Amino acid sequence: MVQVSMTVNGKMRKAHVEPRMLLVHFLREQLNLTGTHVGCDTSQCGACTVLVDGRSAKSCTLFAVQADGSTIVTIEGLAKNGELHPLQEGFWEEHGLQCGYCTPGMIMSAVNLLNDTPKPSEREIREGIAGNFCRCTGYQHIVNAIQSAAQRNAAKAFRQTEQAESRRP
Amino acid sequence: MTAPLLPKLVGQRVKRREDPRLIQGRATYVDDIKLAGMQHLAFKRSDVAHARIRSIDTSAARAMEGVEAVFTGADIAELVPPMPIGTPFPSPPHRAVVVDVVRYAGEPVAVVVAADRYIARDAADAIVVNYETLPVVVDPELAMTGKPTVIHPDFANNLAVPLVPSGTGVSADGKTVDDSAIDKAFAEADVVISQRMVNQRLVPNAMEPRGVVAHYEPGKESMTIWSSTQNPHILRTMIATMNGLGQDQVRAIAPEVGGAFGAKINIYPEEYVAAAITKRLGIPVKWVEDRSEAFVATTHGRDIIGYVELAARRDGKVLGLKMRLIADIGAYNMLLTAAVPTLTMLMANGTYDIPAIRATLTEVFTNKTPTDAYRGAGRPEATYFLERAMDMLARELEMDPADVRRKNFIQPSQFPFTTQTGAVYDSGDYEKALDRALEAANWNQLRAERDAARAEGRLVGLGLAMYVEVCGFGPSSSLPTGGWEHSQVTVERDGRITATTGASPHGQGNETTFAQMLADQFGVPLEHIRIHHGDTAVVKQGIGTFGSRSQAVGGTALHLAGSKVKVKMARFASEMLEASPEDLVFENGTIGVRGAPTFAKKFADVAAYAYVPIPLPEGLEPGLSEEAFFEPANNTYPFGCHISMLEIDRETGEPTLVKFIAVDDAGNLINPLLVEGQIHGGLAQGIGQALIEEAVYNEAGQLVTGSFLDYALPRATDFPHFELESTVTPTPVNPFGAKGVGEAGTLGSTPSIVCAAVDALSEFGVKHVDMMLRPEKLWRIINKIHDS
Repeated sequence: MVQVSMTVNGKMRKAHVEPRMLLVHFLREQLNLTGTHVGCDTSQCGACTVLVDGRSAKSCTLFAVQADGSTIVTIEGLAKNGELHPLQEGFWEEHGLQCGYCTPGMIMSAVNLLNDTPKPSEREIREGIAGNFCRCTGYQHIVNAIQSAAQRNAAKAFRQTEQAESRRP
Repeated sequence: MTAPLLPKLVGQRVKRREDPRLIQGRATYVDDIKLAGMQHLAFKRSDVAHARIRSIDTSAARAMEGVEAVFTGADIAELVPPMPIGTPFPSPPHRAVVVDVVRYAGEPVAVVVAADRYIARDAADAIVVNYETLPVVVDPELAMTGKPTVIHPDFANNLAVPLVPSGTGVSADGKTVDDSAIDKAFAEADVVISQRMVNQRLVPNAMEPRGVVAHYEPGKESMTIWSSTQNPHILRTMIATMNGLGQDQVRAIAPEVGGAFGAKINIYPEEYVAAAITKRLGIPVKWVEDRSEAFVATTHGRDIIGYVELAARRDGKVLGLKMRLIADIGAYNMLLTAAVPTLTMLMANGTYDIPAIRATLTEVFTNKTPTDAYRGAGRPEATYFLERAMDMLARELEMDPADVRRKNFIQPSQFPFTTQTGAVYDSGDYEKALDRALEAANWNQLRAERDAARAEGRLVGLGLAMYVEVCGFGPSSSLPTGGWEHSQVTVERDGRITATTGASPHGQGNETTFAQMLADQFGVPLEHIRIHHGDTAVVKQGIGTFGSRSQAVGGTALHLAGSKVKVKMARFASEMLEASPEDLVFENGTIGVRGAPTFAKKFADVAAYAYVPIPLPEGLEPGLSEEAFFEPANNTYPFGCHISMLEIDRETGEPTLVKFIAVDDAGNLINPLLVEGQIHGGLAQGIGQALIEEAVYNEAGQLVTGSFLDYALPRATDFPHFELESTVTPTPVNPFGAKGVGEAGTLGSTPSIVCAAVDALSEFGVKHVDMMLRPEKLWRIINKIHDS
């Protein structure tokens, strides 16, 4: 057993794990963060996507010990103070999910996409989520959801700039 | 001041009530369930396709720390009887875990019970099985000769279902066949189209693999089983029967279910085994499928060969159709396996008035994973075979593909229309759907674009296909489980509404659509309604969600239960208002007298009175809770037209879907937003089949496309932006006029795309190309290189 410690959704977590334990199993079974899902065993489907130090990563491709010392955000940590993240809002608004199984990973990948590309084209969105499978939606409503979130982000940024401007003497 | 009127919600794009839990990672799927003392199962699976087990050595597995027990097939055979099926066809014995002969790669041969999933997997790997290998057959047409092996001794030539005839001149019992009409049609024809086509095997691949948690409590002599299933009530029945328990002793729960697509209708060996083991050991057990397991252990779909012949006059009028079907069902009959291809035969008629049809079906065992329902289940195959033949006819006659269809449509005045294969189509206006699609696609302009691209030397093609589908099952004569659905609607003491439905969803959004219906029915806010499903202890009865039946059957049961409650509630309100129940209106959270808006009671006050009824109105029982079963008199038959534009790279053979236009007619819609989602999803699976998906076996019976590395599940980059339109032709078989839409997208998409591919390749004289449209296959056509 090996000791690992990491910050998960803002909280410091320490545990003893088998060296072979996958990060996704650590999150799901040790920390009971079951929002992160397992959809395959070859790192294709992306259902297990989380943010590791701010970048999206498939948590089935990492051992928990490899994430030692890092900062992790899972789907459970995305909403802040009861307020949904713009991507969560977008997925809800645009019917970007059906069975919901791929959704947490899809949203975490989209967080990464919008961090890198705040105003993505449809093509950029489709390429940005190509590492995440969805079998229900045909992706079109997911594309709409991410576009909607990008617009929300832009509107929010605009409001913040306006507020900053108005505070200026 | 009057409160604002509540808007009518049926027909509105209401966003889903399921979503808050799903987008925040707060939903509970089977693998999220933890019970105290729970042990984990792992299955040892055969790595050969056909073999006799000489011996199994489980000693190393049993010796591992953390291993609770190991069961071989012989051990399990003492606990559960052979696997049951749900169709009336003869079926060979099938053990949940193999006792003597393995018949497909991936079949379970032993099961381990251990403290966690890692140990369970290690222990399963430590089991050593000694096999005497047997000859393997993977080609169904070879298997039909009985060579090189017979998989089940009592099924000569591997015929699971020997030839079953259907269509013109076949008696109702199928025993007498008169070929004179079909022979005459072909004798009188100016043109005959003849083509062998393959509707290839697919892997359903719901994103959530299957899983089960089973917990038998010896002191209570009762079992709770959580499973990723489409039909918890059927699961309850089967688990009880197989474990010698009464249905009162088993509670089945479908928690959040992460997609299913037909593959979670079947009750699987792992469910029976988990139930048997928890009953034997008295501890809760969990099994969750790995994706690699899912590829071989969850039923596959399609895999039907069609020999299609179409006889027509030179003006395009079709005189006769022959469809000889050979279904490769894999190694065993599962719950509905044998029934699925019969739907292909049933729907051979399509949208056309064809004077004579002869369809025949043969089902064949091979050394592959068994097939069963997969989104569309038999109907996409029928559509594909017929529509490809219609397209070949158009090409042969040098007619526009739309014109050939138009020439043969069943006309609106002909409904209800009894087809040559015995279906009774409820309603339809096929020409309207075709015209809407041609208009939406701007067909003439698309043709000009195609021709312009060709003039530049590009390979661009257009495809068009009609479809009609059978769904909304029952009546009971069409389903061995019973073809009804059940619902209970309760107006609670505080005026909130709790309703149950037996149509257990797995992504369809019934919690939203059903609440929309009740909100309108009772004139109360959507937020005051909760829909319960998926738990046999809460939902008294049910069949399940499959065959696009939730709305048409389950929605109607809900509406009928609601109507009963409403009648009773009106009686209570009439006491309070001293008005006749017939004069009352439910709206805006009140029950009032029609035309006298000041005479109204709050909905919640009437509810409270019904539970403390002083005085109790004569002839009424207290309370507001009613249930209803609904069995439709007929299935529903939605239809539509799908148009696609495809470009093939001349250098590489790679096809790109450029445009896709779908016109679907599902009757009246409850929530168009969710309907769009269903159509998109169906299209994605149909387009996936046409372009990139195929389950491929090698000669040794190994699934070589056994992971997402080799089986191309469509990604976001594989699709263009779908363009959707609709027509609305209500069905008369239920009060909402809703037909069902879950599978529609898989029907028109495959022929539409293959027609487009053939059109794109027309300069090479190609008449047909089988799915999937692998670039190599197209490249060979372009370069005139034939298979060696």
